[in-house]
This record gives sequence, structure tokens and C-alpha cells, in this order.
Amino acid sequence: MTVWIAIVLAGLGCWLLKVAGLSVPPRILERPLVERVADLIPVALLSALIAVQVFTTGSELTLDARAVGLGVAVVLLVLRAPFLVVVFGAAAVAALLRLVA
Amino acid sequence: MAAAREDEERPERRDVVRDSLGVGVATGLYGASFGALGVASGLSVLQTCAMSVLIFTGASQFAFVGVLASGGAPLSGAFTALLLGSRNTLYGLRLAPLLALSRWRRLASAHLVIDESTAMAVTRPTTALARTGFYWTGLSIFALWNLFTFLGAVAGSTMGDPRAYGLDAAVGAAFLALLWPRLHERRSFAVGGLAAMVALLLVPVTAAGVPVLAAGGVALLAGVLPRTRDGGAS
Repeated sequence: MTVWIAIVLAGLGCWLLKVAGLSVPPRILERPLVERVADLIPVALLSALIAVQVFTTGSELTLDARAVGLGVAVVLLVLRAPFLVVVFGAAAVAALLRLVA
Repeated sequence: MAAAREDEERPERRDVVRDSLGVGVATGLYGASFGALGVASGLSVLQTCAMSVLIFTGASQFAFVGVLASGGAPLSGAFTALLLGSRNTLYGLRLAPLLALSRWRRLASAHLVIDESTAMAVTRPTTALARTGFYWTGLSIFALWNLFTFLGAVAGSTMGDPRAYGLDAAVGAAFLALLWPRLHERRSFAVGGLAAMVALLLVPVTAAGVPVLAAGGVALLAGVLPRTRDGGAS
């Protein structure tokens, strides 16, 4: 039962957090400081998500096929490959590496 | 004149739709691994699906089941999900002036505010294109994420390890591709690198979800600190 309560609470809370962001009056965003921070936040969060997603397992730092996949993604992005090629290229190389390893 | 402008904008709109659906498919498929993980962490199929419908923000959901899988209490799982979900507030802040939504549409659209829908909207030059990116990405992910959560939960261990298909590497690559166009500024590059380092340093010593949030603090600090050189330029 507490599992259900936790799921509903998390769902409601996450929705309210999203609504709060959309409901802030625009004049607050027009302040240069807020604008600067709001520009940098996605950069910081995406970078951190990449690092955690690729280089950790549970609470340990790890280096495995995912890192090679990320390297492939960098190369493909430098070559200006389309988004899907980047994503599935990285997946294919990681899967292949695991297959032969 | 107006017709000419529309002709110019149409292929671009088609590009936005195509890219959005691409992100939608790539992200939605990953729902299968969430479904499988949810069941593996002790949730029922119904509970796992309810999370994807109600919470609908991937990182929060993974963090939630991660806490459950490591023996944590459901409520601390929910708290971790909220911590991670707080970044959607900042995305909303960025999206509000771009999407220019009415009050009621805001309440419904809020559910779709996630990493991918934000990334596919904020780089667009017009409200129309921003909305195209936001809704096509958000709705296609919502449909596929929930479908594949269900399939993954039902298949459970029988479909095998999603890592065998390299799906875990695909997520990192997708995030990087979303981040890539923002990295041309030296300041963004520095903030991104620092944020990644802070997150990795914190992973061994903090609960799941905290490292990413703390990395958000890097952006806050970098924004607040006064510029050292050419103060006028932006």
C-alpha cells in the first residue's frame, strides 16, 4: 500500500514541479541573471546525466562498452551525422563490443 | 509574401517533426528497460505502468526503482524522484515564454515537460516551431514510453538484458546529441565539464539522484558569478 501512496505522491509532486516552472511570470525570466542561469541549467544537467549514465553502475564509477559508445557518438557528432545515426550508432557499437567481449 | 514565407517554413517544420519523432522512438523504446527494471525491483506490472503514466519523467522513475531495488523505503524513492524532477521546473521556466500557453493548456501540457521535449523546443526560433518540437516529442514519447513500459514489464526477464542491445549506451549518446549544439560557447563547455565532474565525484558518496541535482548547482554558481572578462558581451 505504501508503494501506491509513494507512486501517487511522486506523480503529483513531479507534475506540480512542472506546472510551477511553466507558471512563473515571464518578467522574472527577463532578468539577465535568471536568463543566464536558465540557459546554463540544461547544459549542467545534461552533462551530469551523461556522466552518470555512462560512467557509473549503482554507486560505483565504471568504464565499459557505454564509454566506447559515447566515444562513437562524439565522432558521429563531429561528422554532423543525424540524431538517429548518433543514437543507434552508439548502441550498435556497444552491443557489438559486448557480443565479442 | 505570406505564402512565400510559409513555403520557407514548411520544410523546416517537417524537419522538426521528423527529429522529434526520432527522439520519441529512441526514448520511448527505452521504456522497455524501465518496465523490466521496475518488475525486477519488486513492483507489480500495474505499479510499474502507473509510474510511467503518472510520474512520466525517466530519470526520476529510474531513480525511484533504483532506491526500491537497493532496499530503500518507497517514500524515500518518491523523494529521490522529486529531487530529480525539480529540474523540470527549470525547463518549464525556459519553455513558458517560448510556448506562450493559456492557463488551462499549461496544466495539461506540464505533464509533457521532460528533458527531451524541452531540448527539442528551446532551440527553435519561433513559437510555432517550439510548439511543434515540444508536442511531437512529448506526445510520441508519452505514447511509446508507456507502451514499452508495459511490454518490458510483462516480458520481464524473458526479453533479456536491454544492455545486450546497447540501449544503455544509446541513452548517453542521445543526451550528448541534445547537448552538442549548446557546447559551442566556451562558458557552456566549462560548465558542462565541471557539472559532469561534480556528478561523478558525488556518485560514490551520495544517494541516487543527488549527483545530477548538485551538478545543477554548478550552473547556478556559474550564472551568479560575475564575468571576469568583457563584462558587456553575452
